[in-house]
Amino acid sequence: MTQAAAHTLPGGRGFYDEPGRHTGIRGWIFSTDHKRIGLLYLGSMSVFFLTALTLGVLMRLEMLSPGKTIVEPQTYNTFFTLHGIMMIFLFIIPGLPAVFGNFLLPIMIGAKDVFFPRLNLLSWWLFMIGGLLALASVFFPGGAADTGWTFYVPYSVRTSTNVLPALIAAFILGFSSILTGLNFVTTIHRMRAPGMDWFRMPLFVWSLYATAWIQILATPIVGITLLLVAVERMFGVGIFDPALGGDPVLFQHLFWIYSHPAVYIMVLPGLGVVSEILPVFARRTIFGYKFIAYSSLAIAFLGSLVWAHHMFTVGMSNTGMFVFSLLTFLVSIPSAIKVFNWIATLYKGSIALEPPLLFILSFIIQFSIGGFTGLMLGALAVNIHVQDTYFVVGHFHYVMFGGTGFGLFAAMHYWFPKMFGRMYKKGPAVVAWALTTLGFNMLYFPFLILGYMGMPRRYYDYLPEYQSVHVVATVGSWVLALGVIILIVNLLVSLRRGAIAPANPWGGKTLEWTVPSPPPMENFDTIPTVTTGPYDYSEYEQRSAEHP
Amino acid sequence: MSHTDQSAHAQHVVSYSRYVVIWFGLVALTALTVALAGIELGRWVIITALVIASIKSLLVLNIFMHLRFEDRVFRLFTVVAFVTFLIFIVMTFFDYAFH
Repeated sequence: MTQAAAHTLPGGRGFYDEPGRHTGIRGWIFSTDHKRIGLLYLGSMSVFFLTALTLGVLMRLEMLSPGKTIVEPQTYNTFFTLHGIMMIFLFIIPGLPAVFGNFLLPIMIGAKDVFFPRLNLLSWWLFMIGGLLALASVFFPGGAADTGWTFYVPYSVRTSTNVLPALIAAFILGFSSILTGLNFVTTIHRMRAPGMDWFRMPLFVWSLYATAWIQILATPIVGITLLLVAVERMFGVGIFDPALGGDPVLFQHLFWIYSHPAVYIMVLPGLGVVSEILPVFARRTIFGYKFIAYSSLAIAFLGSLVWAHHMFTVGMSNTGMFVFSLLTFLVSIPSAIKVFNWIATLYKGSIALEPPLLFILSFIIQFSIGGFTGLMLGALAVNIHVQDTYFVVGHFHYVMFGGTGFGLFAAMHYWFPKMFGRMYKKGPAVVAWALTTLGFNMLYFPFLILGYMGMPRRYYDYLPEYQSVHVVATVGSWVLALGVIILIVNLLVSLRRGAIAPANPWGGKTLEWTVPSPPPMENFDTIPTVTTGPYDYSEYEQRSAEHP
Repeated sequence: MSHTDQSAHAQHVVSYSRYVVIWFGLVALTALTVALAGIELGRWVIITALVIASIKSLLVLNIFMHLRFEDRVFRLFTVVAFVTFLIFIVMTFFDYAFH
């Protein structure tokens, strides 16, 4: 506690005061400190996120009325392609692991840094090179790629737009992801503090561990697949294009072998954030710790075996469809285990409705809707009906944005005091939560209805009977964007003007709350010895049992 | 595995002669692959090529990459990676078998 008290005085800026060998901007872009690298990711990802969000709002504006509203059809095609590539490869996949994993994983397990700090910095550099290449491809002659983020062949082999830079960008970004995964697995195995056994690890760390394994095992497959598309485009070698003797279904298999597990790369850390934040604001020991920990591994494993449910209409065998449908239903079991355990944790808790918990509550409801619509899509008959419609788009936005996106907002509001040493204003944060939740549901629930009515995804134009629902969705996008702006402005203003944050503003029990806010250069003066589990709220539970 | 048990493990030195023998073995297996490619083996072509490639991979992993001298956990990780890859291959191609 004395260590914490010393650094909470105004002027104690922890690791910010120790840039290392370099100063200024070089003190950031050449730093191997995991906290600085986490913040580098946060800064760069925020730029990519806001760009992709703007594209999304423009797409919704275009869909306000049938026919042309603001842009031409080809521009619309590039909008949804770039929106997808940037949101997926540059925001949600690195998302929680790259920012909060980097910043917090070593602290949460009682280590001074990740196992390979230089490799960690290399990951960020690769991320930036890939990201900037994807952005630059917009301005190269030929125009931005218009294939959608899925790069389906034969179109991606034949279109004259800049598919090649986009493919190479995704390939480079894949390496960034693999190296981060490798670093985290090694760190968790090798760097845990004395006493921090596997079942004393915070559940966020468990989720990062499961995620890291998917990053390592699945990402190389998409890397080599995208490279094969590039080879096919450049040299005309027949691999996937049927006109050249290739097999386009093989491309879809190889693409989704990675890209479905990638969904779990995106959402597993979000699930970890929920498990981390809930017990703190419910003042209760998490219900079913081991089940939640193992369910992360189960999701990672089962989630890697369901990819062909994206392909039920491509002409697979009936046996293949049956097997992949069954496996898809199985993934819902570990996912439901988590949701039920969270609800059980809240039950009879001393709930403090702080902004992080509000975002988490939205997460649980929206993730559940995303999960249920996922089950509908996993059912063969329904899938055929809604394949390639707005229903699919609504479903994955409920999981990706309603789940992971809100998980990221929750994480931002939970760990902001730790990362920056400042508190934010609660009022605007609650307004931001209300607007993002309202706007999000106003935007994406109509997608589910539109899809069920038969509105195909990625279409520039539509029949007049769809317009009223499209208008609701577009207005929802404005409410959502307003909420995001308030959220960001509130946090940015608090960076300078927020009250000084204490070491443990929320009453958390994990190790990051034992060090000052912001943490010092090497996190701990002496490596701590861990003697209890991460969510020991027995004193609160005892008190509420004595005074019900 | 934690801070405290990062003790240096014993260094294993593999003799040069052994490396050379293994290298000759790898070259011989490559020659075998090339030779078999010229023989009409029908559906066994892929299987023989994969078996030979697997033997070569095992030699490289165990000898040149020192996997056989490492902790059990590293060997376990490698097995996990290979088994996952095998599952992906089997699940991708079993669909074709039912067409």
